[in-house]
Amino acid sequence: MNPDIARVTDARDAHRAGRLGWPAERLRAKALEIRRDIITMLVQSQSGHTGGPLSVADFGTALFFHELNVDPRDPAWPERDFWHFSIGHVTPVIYSLMAERGYFPRRDLMQFRSFAGHLQGHPSHHDTPGIEVSSGSLGQGLSVCSGVAMAARIDRHPRRVYCVMGDGEQQEGQVWEAAMFAGHRRLDNLCAVIDYNRKQIDGDVEEICGIGPLADKWRAFRWNAIEVDGHDLDAILAAFAAARAHRDAPTVILAHTVMGKGVPFMEDDHRWHGKPPGPAEGERALRELGTTFAEWSARLLGADTDPDVVPAGGGAR
Amino acid sequence: MSAAITLPARVERRKTREGFGRALVALGERDPRIVVLVGDLSESTMVNLFAERFPERFIEVGIAEQNMTGIAAGLAAAGKIPFFATYGAFASCRAADQLRVTVAYTNLNVKIGGAHGGISVGQDGATHQAMEEIAIVRSIPNLQMVVPCDYWEAYRATIAAAARPGPVYIRFGREDVPVVTAEDTPFTFGRGEVFAEGHDLTVVACGVMVYEALRAREALLERGVAARVVDLHTLKPLDTGLLERCARETGAIVTAEEHQVNGGLGGAVAEAIVRSHPVPMEFVAVMDRFGRSGRPDELMDAFGLRAKDIVAAAGRVLERKRR
Repeated sequence: MNPDIARVTDARDAHRAGRLGWPAERLRAKALEIRRDIITMLVQSQSGHTGGPLSVADFGTALFFHELNVDPRDPAWPERDFWHFSIGHVTPVIYSLMAERGYFPRRDLMQFRSFAGHLQGHPSHHDTPGIEVSSGSLGQGLSVCSGVAMAARIDRHPRRVYCVMGDGEQQEGQVWEAAMFAGHRRLDNLCAVIDYNRKQIDGDVEEICGIGPLADKWRAFRWNAIEVDGHDLDAILAAFAAARAHRDAPTVILAHTVMGKGVPFMEDDHRWHGKPPGPAEGERALRELGTTFAEWSARLLGADTDPDVVPAGGGAR
Repeated sequence: MSAAITLPARVERRKTREGFGRALVALGERDPRIVVLVGDLSESTMVNLFAERFPERFIEVGIAEQNMTGIAAGLAAAGKIPFFATYGAFASCRAADQLRVTVAYTNLNVKIGGAHGGISVGQDGATHQAMEEIAIVRSIPNLQMVVPCDYWEAYRATIAAAARPGPVYIRFGREDVPVVTAEDTPFTFGRGEVFAEGHDLTVVACGVMVYEALRAREALLERGVAARVVDLHTLKPLDTGLLERCARETGAIVTAEEHQVNGGLGGAVAEAIVRSHPVPMEFVAVMDRFGRSGRPDELMDAFGLRAKDIVAAAGRVLERKRR
């Protein structure tokens, strides 16, 4: 093995004290809580996107509670991995993951999209601690992540870079500019995850402007492409591990998901892309998820006593 | 401190983009955070000088300006000070959304070098003559902007941009242009410089039009009119204090820019003085039309961007001032 790569690999292991590494079983329980957060936030705000956040919930939980090396109490920790949601509209799941991981108190979720709160409709670096780069205009995130990955290469920094994209977003030309660049530069510290739920606001992705065969496209751009069931946590963890081990090419994980996953009456229906559930629909959705609005909003507004928010290694770091 | 400029009989000519390129090398020597990106225009933007000296900190992105803007944003998010260079038409218009959402909204420390601004780009024609940059850039919150008037000012502006937190857009031209400042001419980011005193009117200019304004001043002096000449190199943040003082002390303003009349330097100056001390104003600019191919000198003549056009505008504004 190239001695440079061996050295970097060692450094990666030594600097990963902020990685939780939860097993799949524990992630499943957390993902259910994330879904409850999402619906509760949306019922409270009566504004925002529902379908995408629910399809992201499982691999998003795996990313935040297994894979990422971060310290939410110190969002600027120099050793941290870089994560970025190029699909800025899935803020309900982004903010829920952040709050559950400890970036800010859970009660803030109840002020999603409100003037008084700090949780903007789309992620804002200026407003929310832990949001590294603002997003909301589709297609731009992979370029940003390629820049971070280039900086890490220049500095010989062991951090990894994770970019979450949408499938409809693949219609944006800039995605392919960035894909071409990162493939050309063999940025193996970069991992993209595509929420492949096959729906966009106006309907089916394949009917509106087909993006398939998507894995072949990415491979043609010199990426390592892995296809997984985006709701199978064991498969997702295996894909993240494979991405970490892969050398000389960036990895894209095509996470095959179902829009609205977890709430049967919302599943696979594009009309849930961009609207929140009304109070009655929200109550119904929360019942499907085993709670009620009263119960779960009280949990969000209560004290953050959950040990989940403390990173692995605790005070050792 | 006075920055009085006297034009010599024979004026040296150099490219503003060369000032940019040489300043990047100087910055690279003193700060390892400096990284330079380019979109397949290394020689045109003169970042090849940096590339030769610091190949490990030079990123050739290829022909993908939107991607380049995003990569620069990522580098800045990771603590670098990225400068990226392309033609101004692409940096400002093609990548406007990337500048707005990713760079400016996040307030990232990205420096943008927009080369080939203005009608004097010449033979390449309208597509490559960037004349909307000031309007676009100054309408986006957090974005700062400098339009240097010559080689030395471009050099100083580039050095100053690196020290300035947040995103900064620097606009350059293509041609050799008269060198009107010296290596030691004062330059303060955000402050205009009075290059020549006068009490009858003020000519506020940026870019190559500063030279034309100084020439116009000579012609006006022969007619007994004393024009003050202000080099307003920083378009944002705007030196509103200096503009108010000029309006108050001279009572008339002519602006001169190699840019569309809508939303450019003239608009910025008008917005400022209307709020503080309104006086008659005239605008020497490109009058809401696209450019075309031609020699730079004949285009400057045809589009009304010469000293004589400033003199004519001064006549009109003085007439209104006397009423």
